[in-house]
Amino acid sequence: MASLQIIWSIFVKDLRVEWRNRETLASMCVFGLLIVFLFNFSFETAREETLRLLPAVLWVAIAFAGVLGFNRSFASERENSCIEGMTLAPVDPSMIFVGKMLANLLFLGIAEVVMVFAATLWFNFSFLPSLGELTLIAFFGTLGYAALGTIFGAIAANTRMREVMLTILQFPIAFWILMLSIDATSNAMRGDPGGNWAGGAARVAGISVVFTVASFLLFEYVLEE
Amino acid sequence: MPLQGHNAKPVLEVRNVTKFFGDLAALKEVSLTIARGESVFLYGPNGAGKTTLLRMLASLARPSSGEVLFDGRNIERDGAAAKSAIGFVSHAIFLYGELTVRENLRFFGRLFRLDRLEKRIDAVLDMFDMRSREDVFVRDLSRGLQQRTSLARALLHDPDFMILDEPFTGLDTQSVGRLEDLLRRLPGQGKTLLFSTHDFEQGAAIASRLITLKAGRVRYNGPLASAPFEELGIQRSNGQKVNG
Amino acid sequence: MDKKFPISLHFALTLAGLLVALYMIFLYAPEEMTMGEVQRIFYVHVSCAWPALLGFIIIFFSSIVYLWKRAQFADELAHATAEVGFIFCTCVLVTGPLWAKPAWGVWWAWDARLTLTFLLWLLYVAYLMLRSYMVNPGRAANLCAVVGIIGFVDVLIDYMAIRWWRTQHPQPVILGGPESGLDPRMLATLLVTVAVFTLLFFLLVRMRLRLAAMRRELSEIRHVLAFKMSED
Repeated sequence: MASLQIIWSIFVKDLRVEWRNRETLASMCVFGLLIVFLFNFSFETAREETLRLLPAVLWVAIAFAGVLGFNRSFASERENSCIEGMTLAPVDPSMIFVGKMLANLLFLGIAEVVMVFAATLWFNFSFLPSLGELTLIAFFGTLGYAALGTIFGAIAANTRMREVMLTILQFPIAFWILMLSIDATSNAMRGDPGGNWAGGAARVAGISVVFTVASFLLFEYVLEE
Repeated sequence: MPLQGHNAKPVLEVRNVTKFFGDLAALKEVSLTIARGESVFLYGPNGAGKTTLLRMLASLARPSSGEVLFDGRNIERDGAAAKSAIGFVSHAIFLYGELTVRENLRFFGRLFRLDRLEKRIDAVLDMFDMRSREDVFVRDLSRGLQQRTSLARALLHDPDFMILDEPFTGLDTQSVGRLEDLLRRLPGQGKTLLFSTHDFEQGAAIASRLITLKAGRVRYNGPLASAPFEELGIQRSNGQKVNG
Repeated sequence: MDKKFPISLHFALTLAGLLVALYMIFLYAPEEMTMGEVQRIFYVHVSCAWPALLGFIIIFFSSIVYLWKRAQFADELAHATAEVGFIFCTCVLVTGPLWAKPAWGVWWAWDARLTLTFLLWLLYVAYLMLRSYMVNPGRAANLCAVVGIIGFVDVLIDYMAIRWWRTQHPQPVILGGPESGLDPRMLATLLVTVAVFTLLFFLLVRMRLRLAAMRRELSEIRHVLAFKMSED
């Protein structure tokens, strides 16, 4: 289908542009690592309480690394008015949204893997027993978060204080994606004593899908002159 | 007489368009039509509204009131046909600095869903003598070469209609000459041309029709030869151009 | 609306209502057993919460109408409601601690109402900041409408999520639950105060809309002038 090809072209273009610089991905990973490191260093690792904090630490790190990435995603488009360049073509703006969102999703996903890896080492905690559940929760949580980050990134690009504006839009609205992801992750990490990780994952998925669809439908109004 | 082609309707029609930026009126009740095969030169002082008008024709800006029609259809509602048929060049190059010349062209070609893309890219690179530089990153090119790449991008989808907003700015002498030659040839290739430039002589040497804008209004719209130069405040030399 | 319910009448009614409410809050409603006089602030606290929520509902529908019809009035309504709703929202957040500390010894508790109000407040701030920081004000309406819609979707999610969260992490009912076991005179006072504050909310929105209308007229005059100026 032609639309899928266009989405793919935009997605690949974002990857290629990033690959030439590797600035965004690197800063996201480093930033995320720093947050995990900060928490790890300031608390005693092996203690039960610290492990209870781990899901929150990870998702906070993901949240901040994400916002960093979303800002840069549109910075590269702004340089030579490339977003306008894309609208010169008969392309549905929603395709631009999906392409960029998938790129943001991938970058944040890579940063998450790095952070989880570091957390495994530093917290001496194995995520393997519940890897499947955790991956599912992380995927849906990151999906919704990236969808919001993409549309808010486009909106904030029109303002004077871009990075701040993106953050102020992103955090209140993505709040429950983060909260429920933390909750579901925590449940899964403890081996799911209540037997309801599926409910938690479904909640995260539900909210993320709602926000993704809303962002997809509204994106064309953001690009309109 | 301008070529009419199989479609007798004008290619582009601007109907009573007004554009406000806040309280500033950039365009005031502008109406004009451009038919296929014409070569039109848009002239006016800074702030006259030329860029706003050209951007509007390229679907990058919407009128505050009035409408822009392409082949009789409003481009806001039905913009795909217009976008496929129009190539736009402006001060912004619309290219990714981190990608090579060829990668940029390939990307935009895909957005236009062009077939035989690689061949088209070859053709357009040859046209602007950029083949040897096709693997250079756009950010590493000089301003003149970037402009050439941008022109290549604009012509890639073989648009019927070329719109150029001050395309000569920042180009060296040789590039200016090449661009002038290219623009002169376009009507002969069946293409319609609308461009703006500061240099009246330059524009006069290329186009056959003149539209002047002042403070957002159209002052003159007609054949270049019969333009009332004094009235429009245009100083003409003897018609001799400085560049060869 | 201006003909059937002139703003002057609206103003008079609101003023009268406020006086009645004041009387009821301080003289009619009985003193609460455990908390004493300070409990009376609860009437204002709750009464501001409802218009704050109503405000965002209005913003949601106005935003949809704006994107669909491009009606400038819809955008003005959204903007006016955002400003007024923000004030009411702030009042809830200010009266909350003022009541909680003397009554229960804590400044704050993340009960359902306060959590929802705080998140709502953040949304109002984001909406108003977006309006202020636009580089090209002509595009503000579109972008704010998008934020208004996504924001309201978020409010709905907030409401459901908070309720679910409370089942997982139950909290002793502090600032919440005034609806349970209320003396009939307290209930009456509450209802009257809510009604009056809603009336006040709409009054302020109308006044703000008038301002927007005046600005629009001024803008139109400037536009006409801009046209005339270049007749030379």
